[in-house]
Amino acid sequence: MADAPKMEFSRRGFLKGAGITAASTVIESANALARDAKDGLSGPQAVGPDAIPIKLRINGQEHAVTVEPRYTLAQTLRDNLEMTGTKVVCDRGSCSACTVWIDKTPALACMTLAVDAVGREITTIEGLSHGETMHPVQAAFVKHDAMQCGFCTPGMVMSCAALLERNPNPKLSDVKHAVSGNLCRCGTYPKVFAATLDAAQQRGQIADLVTLNTGTERYDGA
Amino acid sequence: MAPETMLQEAQDKSTTKGAQTVARPKGDGVKRDSQTPSTPSKPGPGMRSDSFVFGIPQNGLEHIEREVPVSEPPPLPQNSELTYVGKPTVRYDGPAKATGKGKYTADVHLPGMLYARMVDATIPHGRIVSIDTSAAEKLPGVRAVHVIEHVYGVSELRDPKLETPSRYPIVRYAGQPIAGIAATTQQIADDAAKLVKVQYDTMPFVVERNAARSPDAPVVFPGPADAAGSAGGGGGPKDVPQKGNVHGPQRRLKGDPEKGFADADAVVEAEYFTQVQTHSALETHGFVVDWKPEEVTVYASTQGTSSVRNEFADVFKLPKSKVRVITEYMGGGFGAKFGAGNEGVVAANLSRKANAPVRLMLDRRQEHIVSNRPDSHQKLKIGAKRDGTLTAIQLTSYGTAGVGTGAGTAGPATNLYKCDNLLTEEYDVFINAGPGAAFRAPGHPQGCFAFEQAIDELAVKLKMDPLVLRDKIDESPARRVERQVILERTNWRNRREAGADSGPIKRGMGIAQSVWYRFVNMNSSCEVRVSRDGSVELMSAVQDLGTGTKTILAQIVGEEFGIPPAQVVVRIGDTRYPIGPDSGGSITAGSITPAVRNAAYQARQQLFAAVAPALGTTADNLAMQGGRVVLKNDAGKSYTLKQVTAKLPTDEISARATRAPEYSKDRLTYGGVDYVELAVDTETGRVHIEKVFGAHDCGRPINPTGVISQINGGILQGISYALFEQRIMDPKAGYMLNANLENYKILGAREVPEIEIALVENYIAQSSTDAAGIGESAGIITLAAAIGNAFYNATGVRIRKIPMTPANVLAALGKAQPEVEA
Repeated sequence: MADAPKMEFSRRGFLKGAGITAASTVIESANALARDAKDGLSGPQAVGPDAIPIKLRINGQEHAVTVEPRYTLAQTLRDNLEMTGTKVVCDRGSCSACTVWIDKTPALACMTLAVDAVGREITTIEGLSHGETMHPVQAAFVKHDAMQCGFCTPGMVMSCAALLERNPNPKLSDVKHAVSGNLCRCGTYPKVFAATLDAAQQRGQIADLVTLNTGTERYDGA
Repeated sequence: MAPETMLQEAQDKSTTKGAQTVARPKGDGVKRDSQTPSTPSKPGPGMRSDSFVFGIPQNGLEHIEREVPVSEPPPLPQNSELTYVGKPTVRYDGPAKATGKGKYTADVHLPGMLYARMVDATIPHGRIVSIDTSAAEKLPGVRAVHVIEHVYGVSELRDPKLETPSRYPIVRYAGQPIAGIAATTQQIADDAAKLVKVQYDTMPFVVERNAARSPDAPVVFPGPADAAGSAGGGGGPKDVPQKGNVHGPQRRLKGDPEKGFADADAVVEAEYFTQVQTHSALETHGFVVDWKPEEVTVYASTQGTSSVRNEFADVFKLPKSKVRVITEYMGGGFGAKFGAGNEGVVAANLSRKANAPVRLMLDRRQEHIVSNRPDSHQKLKIGAKRDGTLTAIQLTSYGTAGVGTGAGTAGPATNLYKCDNLLTEEYDVFINAGPGAAFRAPGHPQGCFAFEQAIDELAVKLKMDPLVLRDKIDESPARRVERQVILERTNWRNRREAGADSGPIKRGMGIAQSVWYRFVNMNSSCEVRVSRDGSVELMSAVQDLGTGTKTILAQIVGEEFGIPPAQVVVRIGDTRYPIGPDSGGSITAGSITPAVRNAAYQARQQLFAAVAPALGTTADNLAMQGGRVVLKNDAGKSYTLKQVTAKLPTDEISARATRAPEYSKDRLTYGGVDYVELAVDTETGRVHIEKVFGAHDCGRPINPTGVISQINGGILQGISYALFEQRIMDPKAGYMLNANLENYKILGAREVPEIEIALVENYIAQSSTDAAGIGESAGIITLAAAIGNAFYNATGVRIRKIPMTPANVLAALGKAQPEVEA
């Protein structure tokens, strides 16, 4: 007879356990919020493990949410704020499905604690389009059919849109590099490349060509 | 044994659950891709004779007479004469996916919803002595705990009495579901899962196929055991012998193979090895279940809303009318997502106990264990005459589907080419690992890797061009055209002798061919509604896996009403709508589109009948032309759809149709020819795929854009299978070592070669749309073999083992010790 051994090492359990030293930034930023939340508190103070109220700035809007310090940004977005455009696939930083921007830089929401995102500017897939007008990269994804099941698509779009922010004239190899961490099981990569290069070429114009629910168009492929 | 083929067998496999009726032509056992027009006879009662476009444009289209039910719509002309069908069309739900608005099962939020986690076995084999959930239950926030009584989706003993009764299911693989916990947050559910104490009586185990075949290997089952199939195929034969862990053979004999080999001028014979591949859908298996006494609502990440409904009704003894299944968006299945599964059953039990909706998604480790493509060890021998005529084929295969069955690989050897003498023997080998499941063209990538390399080897032996040899032995008219396309549009004519490069980097090219079968599911119905304001909706329970089903249905309805597909509202993936087919075996497009067209056509006829008096004419004088409703006898008069619907005497009309049987009993197959250019670095053992050209057919393509997307995907999954993917088991501990996405390597952006696709239209005159699926024959079948053949052309060395990792490549090149074969 044997007791069940633990099968897997838990990252968040580790972060929680090593909080005093390794996750000191967590303590610092969370602490600032704790001060916000509880008037009169001052000086460094550990927070958690219970949930604490924090404020996240997402897509230009402030969101108040109460989370345990161990909650990832991905989970907070999805479960607490019901912003489910950001997907979780591997939940350990190896597939980029959860890519968001933090201060305009692509980041993995599954590897970022929500409390560490306090005071930062978070952009999610929901914040990329404006009403019915899609971001040029999103419009290009639709035009080129750069998706199948669509589960990797938000992460892909965030990576490609970020590429165009830092390099408006990318080459094919730049696009491949930009999405080298984004895993797609359906095999949409060729069309992701085509869409991103097209968006770079026609930036600002595609959204007019392809609006929401566009009908038939010419296929320019094989 | 009768000269029946894998074709029939494969069709049998898709007719599981008794709920499906497959149009299963009898007899005519060797006919493939029949292009022989049958002679018309006088139509029977309720039937009419009509003339359908038939054949492949490159060969010159002809017309064929078919007897069809009088209720069938008029024949569609070829794609070039249509407005929306056959035209590249933007994905219906593309904007929703690109903007993150599409709601997948993992995204469903219901008021008061709980989050669940599955607790699974930490040992590969043993009896559960006790399960202590008390600590978990005491954790604040935990609302329900459910301990599993029965494990679904695995093989079961033919005679359960061979095993001492046990309170809990016997654990036969690490990762086998044991219990589920629902809590107010995912963290609490995860924490509570860790508090469940399970005590085991461990038993000896085996996790390697070869070791499991040994007479003294630990047995996974103490006697013969069989697994059920799924709607996607998979699941092995049932009434076969079993010795130890070796289940089989499933034996098929045609003609006299011994004589065939004696008559051969050339014989090739070799062994081939393929690995276990996990489905690795990005959205894990999962459910949200809202159990209410009046109705159970199930949000499922599934390939078959009907299959989920059937199994929920079966397991919980509910009338189907009280089970509603919804799949609006789903994040990939590839064959592994049918039915209720252990996750669905646990979620439902938790929801019932907690009296609240419960979401249970597997985690990534569990997703790697829940399903896989079985591995294979194949011994293949082919004999041929000097002119290429095949005289005999003999295949013996051993494969492991873990605690499942369905590792057969004989499909390509049986169905690709004409050969009168054939013997195939397929064995399943049980090991203590997660169950195999249908996976995109079950058995065919494995079988093709061996078979199409052996055909290539035969061409070398016969000093024939591999394309020319296939012209000799392949009866498929579509693949003949596809080979011509490859010849004309690739670099094939500049192919060099094998191993022509003198430096360390060696380049080569190769081809391989695929075969898949036309399955039809008669559980395919649709309702089309037209409102007075001119809006048109279609409704069916059929689901869209990402293959673009919504789009093709919108195109078909748009074509009937002369409106752009984007103006049609598509409501699918909900069992409240008319029943839809489960999506497995490339069945969906060919099954549901005729029902949709028929419903749209009937709704249009009703509309014409209802508005004709107000338009001062009769219904038979109205027609749809160039997107407008026209009067046949007055070319000057025409109306928009809206102008016509405004005359409706009621607010809405609707029509419902179910798929009509196939128009002919011809047995049809689909296929493709894929061409690969690659470079082998003979110093590092790395293989770089540089170019792929695929020529494929799937009946009448409805949306070429979506078809090409799927073929891209099949090709890339095929490359990933050939070069990278591999489940690695720890033989000492019995676990999967790489149950994650960093050590289970899947092809990424930087490994994507240049890809070109040619679609070959093939009008088959089988239904009111002639549509067919492409999922299976999209490249996943061929790529490993095509890469193997290109590898030979580059290096002069045959590589008979995948994945072609640097270690396996260097071993094949004789530069390193081969790894021990598992």
